[in-house]
Amino acid sequence: MKTTTKATAFYNVFERKGGPHKETTHYCPGCGHGNVHKMIAEAMDDLGINDKTVFVSPVGCSVFGYYYFDCGNFQAAHGRAPAVATGIKRANPDSVVISYQGDGDLAAIGTAETLHAANRGENITVFFVNNAIYGMTGGQMAPTTLIEQKTATTPRGRVESEHGNPIKMAEIISTLPAATYVERVAIGNSKHIMKARKAIRKALKNQVENRGYSFVEILSVCPTGWKMDSPDARDWLTDQMIEAFPLGVYKDESSEREDGWYRDVKPFVPAELNKYFGVNAEADVAPVDLKKDLFCKFAGFGGQGILTMGLFLAQIGMRADHNVSWIPAYGPEMRGGTANCSVNVSNKRIGTPLVERPNVMVAMNLPSLEMFEKDVVDGGVILVDSGIVDKTPDTDRLDVVMIPATEIADEVGTPKVANVVMLGAMIAATDAYSLDFVSETLKVVVKKKNLIDMNLAALQRGYDFVKNGS
Amino acid sequence: MDTTVKKDSPFIEITGELCKGCKLCIDVCPKGVIAISDQLNSSSYHPAYYVGADCTGCTLCFYACPEPAAIKVFKP
Ligand SMILES: Cc1ncc(C[n+]2csc(CCOP(=O)(O)OP(=O)(O)O)c2C)c(N)n1
Ligand code: SF4
Ligand code: SF4
Ligand code: SF4
Repeated sequence: MKTTTKATAFYNVFERKGGPHKETTHYCPGCGHGNVHKMIAEAMDDLGINDKTVFVSPVGCSVFGYYYFDCGNFQAAHGRAPAVATGIKRANPDSVVISYQGDGDLAAIGTAETLHAANRGENITVFFVNNAIYGMTGGQMAPTTLIEQKTATTPRGRVESEHGNPIKMAEIISTLPAATYVERVAIGNSKHIMKARKAIRKALKNQVENRGYSFVEILSVCPTGWKMDSPDARDWLTDQMIEAFPLGVYKDESSEREDGWYRDVKPFVPAELNKYFGVNAEADVAPVDLKKDLFCKFAGFGGQGILTMGLFLAQIGMRADHNVSWIPAYGPEMRGGTANCSVNVSNKRIGTPLVERPNVMVAMNLPSLEMFEKDVVDGGVILVDSGIVDKTPDTDRLDVVMIPATEIADEVGTPKVANVVMLGAMIAATDAYSLDFVSETLKVVVKKKNLIDMNLAALQRGYDFVKNGS
Repeated sequence: MDTTVKKDSPFIEITGELCKGCKLCIDVCPKGVIAISDQLNSSSYHPAYYVGADCTGCTLCFYACPEPAAIKVFKP
């Protein structure tokens, strides 16, 4: 007995859906998303890929893909599914990644992500469910709405001169050299559906075989948004939509890419990364203890070396094998505006790279002090360039170091090393690392070798200022 | 019409509770052996049901149906 029934790629019971009806979808009666889900689930079963598939749901009516598919799931911000899929696929090349999107998601807010993922030839599979309308939000015009089609936002029908023409995504994507396979199918009648099943399976098989980017546009229905009953919606699809969006294979280079993804992607190896970040992995670095996690905010004018200072600290932490992150923030101007960076150095894994409540802060100008002092946690360390800022932070609440870093740097040879004076002072005030270890690291990470001595002198002066008061 | 289901010939099963009454299965069935019930299910839909006999096991109704688990097709 041959039984045709629910695919095992679907959960048996849709527990995540909640409510009393956990074996039906959340879709309206006659909605095309259900048909497309079934075809994808069936292809997953046939290809035996349920355990390695990651389904990226969009924003739109299909936002809850993770209710249904018993595989890895991710729900992306509106339009961003192909970018998210790119990340998932590149980090897990053996996974099979599906970017499932509606027309509002893929062809309006996500047009950029759509085109660029295709243009890079990401080895992903995109299923584009085109129902010519924004379903979820109540039937507004989509980029794919037909001319003369009435929607909530085109009550008199879409007009070319006012709203532009329906966008033909399959045609556009087929012009991109990196795309492997582009087909448009439909679900208006049984013949369409049987063809759509094949296209969906092929698009997934391509990815399993590393043949690159596949895009299947599925002309679908939204009986609710279209204000039609279900059979009429299928007829309208068949009679009207296909005329505007002709079915067929727009591009197929699947067989020419049988040697795998046409692009030879070389992953970075640790040695290369170490070189890039200036880490001397060969040097025998004895395990260095980090007594407390550092959550730092360094702030000042652009050009004061604030961002570099943060980078140095991150490199010190990296060389000590601690977890680090560094993220800069600066205005549109490269010099003169305000700049700051957030640096985390931690024994634990770091979640966000942003530092909202620093326990170490460096202020190289007054606006920075005024902006960030209140964020520093009680008992936190705050270092201020006292030659530039004539205001002392709250000494009751904070551990304050007033140091004329720029003046000291000038004595050492150039005000440009004020950031390294500050670094020395910060190291002394926190006792995070030994001066030796920091000096050794600077020798590796300072790019201009003729400036190493000056940097080391600046570091020492900042350190001594805090430890010995001079 | 003969409504007895012969288990040695193809047949379908529709779980009325999982049906949304969209009639798409009825539309595609070449044998006209699916109909809509007068009864309401617990979601207030009139579910489809198999009227019995003559099913060829073509599976068109299964693929036309948007619901994952409403229809099962058996073909000996
Ligand atoms: C950033 C953002 N902008 C707008 C919205 C509102 N929004 C939700 S769904 C949607 C359109 C969905 O249409 P489509 O992609 O065609 O999917 P369908 O619901 O028709 O399947 C919009 C604009 C949102 N959720 N997030
Ligand atoms: S609004 Fe349209 S697209 Fe959304 S579930 Fe209902 S029929 Fe489907
Ligand atoms: S399997 Fe074919 S013949 Fe049988 S009920 Fe379904 S559509 Fe009709
Ligand atoms: S297609 Fe499915 S949901 Fe629609 S009436 Fe038939 S069994 Fe019910």
